[in-house]
Amino acid sequence: MEHHAMTTRYTKDHEWVRIDGNTATVGITPYAAEQLGDVVFVELPSVGKKVTKGGEAAVVESVKAASEVYAPLSGEVVEVNSALEGEPAKVNADPAGNGWFLKLKVTNEAELGELMSETQYNEYLKGL
Amino acid sequence: MAEPATNETLKRTPLFALNTELGGKMVPFAGYEMPVQFPTGILKEHLHTRAAAGLFDVSHMGQAILHLEGKGGHDDIAAAVETLVPGDIKGLKPGQIRYTLLLNDQGGIRDDLMATRPEAADEAGTLFLVVNAGTKDADFAHIAGALKGRVRVERLEDRALIALQGPKAHEVLERVVPGVGTMLFMTMRKFTWERQVLYVSRSGYTGEDGYEISVPGAIATAFARVLLADANVLPIGLGARDSLRLEAGLCLYGHDIDEATTPVEADLVWAISKRRKLEKGFPGDARILDQLFNGAKRVRVGLKPEGKAPAREGAEIVNADGAVVGRVTSGGFGPSVNGPVAMGYVSPDYAKDGTTLGLKVRTQVLPARVVPMPFVPKRFYKP
Repeated sequence: MEHHAMTTRYTKDHEWVRIDGNTATVGITPYAAEQLGDVVFVELPSVGKKVTKGGEAAVVESVKAASEVYAPLSGEVVEVNSALEGEPAKVNADPAGNGWFLKLKVTNEAELGELMSETQYNEYLKGL
Repeated sequence: MAEPATNETLKRTPLFALNTELGGKMVPFAGYEMPVQFPTGILKEHLHTRAAAGLFDVSHMGQAILHLEGKGGHDDIAAAVETLVPGDIKGLKPGQIRYTLLLNDQGGIRDDLMATRPEAADEAGTLFLVVNAGTKDADFAHIAGALKGRVRVERLEDRALIALQGPKAHEVLERVVPGVGTMLFMTMRKFTWERQVLYVSRSGYTGEDGYEISVPGAIATAFARVLLADANVLPIGLGARDSLRLEAGLCLYGHDIDEATTPVEADLVWAISKRRKLEKGFPGDARILDQLFNGAKRVRVGLKPEGKAPAREGAEIVNADGAVVGRVTSGGFGPSVNGPVAMGYVSPDYAKDGTTLGLKVRTQVLPARVVPMPFVPKRFYKP
C-alpha cells in the first residue's frame, strides 16, 4: 500500500481525503469501516453534485444501520466508485484504497488546513 | 460512530464474561449488556446460522413457571391463562409449546411469548413461559395481578437461555444431550446434564431447525463452551438474530407489534384458536372479532425493495400518487436473500401480494412490492 501520509488528511467523522493536485479522493477510515461492520449498500452522489465541507456526500449502510459520509472539503463530485454498487464489501476489505467513495474537484484549498494529519488522527483515535 | 458507554446500571446475563471473552461487541439492549456481534461480523454470523449452527445468548428474556394456587390440573391453569391470551392453552398436549399473545383490553398486544405445558404428569397444573426481555417485568406483574389468588408466578431469575439454531443444531446438541434429535418441533423436554436440569425446547426465532435451552445460570458458561467446542458452532450476536428473524417474517415486539396493534392487524390470526373465536373470553375479544369479520384498518405485510438500498423502520410507504398508505416497522439487509427486506403496515387496499409501492428513504422513493413472508423458506423439523 502506498504511503500517502504527506497528502492524506482526516476528519473527526473518520473520513480520509487524499489530495492530488486539486482532485481529492474521499473514503472512510479502517476505524470507521470496523465500527460499521459489514457494508451492504453505498449510496453515492451524482457526478456534478456540489458538496460543502461537512455536508452529506454519501451514505453507507451496514446490516443494521445507515451512516452518513460527510464531505471533508467543499467541491464538485467528478467521479464516484461505481464498483461499490455491486461490491459494497470493498469498503470493509480495503477502506483506504479500493473502497474509496468519490473524487472531488476542490474549490477552497484553505479548508485543507482545518483537517487532521495522519499523526493527529491516530492521536484522536486513541482518545476515543 | 462513537463506542457505546458502559453503564453501571445495565444488567448482565450469566454468559456476559464468556461473551466478552469471545470478543463480543457489547451494547445496551433491554437493560442488559448484550453482544450485538462477535468478530465474525453480522453478515457471516447470519449466513453461518443458516448453514451450520449458531449459538445465541438470550438469557435476557424472561422465564417463569406459573403455578396454581391450590389443587388442580392442566385444565385449571389453562382456563386461568386463557383469560389473558387468545390461544388454545387447554388443548396443549404434555410437552407442547404454543406461541401466543398477551393482550390488553383493547385487543392490543402486550407481548408475544411461548407457553409450554410440562411433559411430566407430576408437573401438571403448571405452565412454563418465555417472554421478551423488554416487557418481562410488566408481563409477569400483569399476570400475577390479573390472576391473583388463582395462579402464582415463579420467576426463574437464575436460569440462562441459550438458543442453538441451524441445520446442524440437532446433531450438535444430540452429541451433548442425547435424545434431543427426535424431539418434535414446538415441544419441550427436560434432560439432565452435569446433574442439573435443562429444559430443552425445539423452537426458535430464525426460521431454522433448532433449540432453545433453559440452563441453570451456574453451569451456563460450561454448557455453552461444550457447544462452542463443536466445529459447527459459532457464537452469534443480536444483530444477526434480528436479520434472521426478519427474513423468517417473524415479528419483533416493540417494532412490528405493540400495545396499539391487534393480532388481526399483525397478521397473527392463526394465534387465535378456532374454538376461542367462538367462545371468546380474552381481552379485547369484541374488537378483535369485529376486525376479523369486518376487516382491520391496516395490515402487516412483507415488502421487497426492488433495488439494493434497504428501507428501515419508520420509512413511509406511499402509493403511485405519493399518498402515504403505511409505514415500515422492520427493515434491513437480508444476507440470505442478498438484498433488502422489510415488513410494515399498509391499508388493506394495498396489502395484496405483488402490489407496487414506494418506500421513502432519505430524499428518494424506492420502488418495492408486497411479497409473502417468509423471505427464506422455513426449515422446521419434520420427521
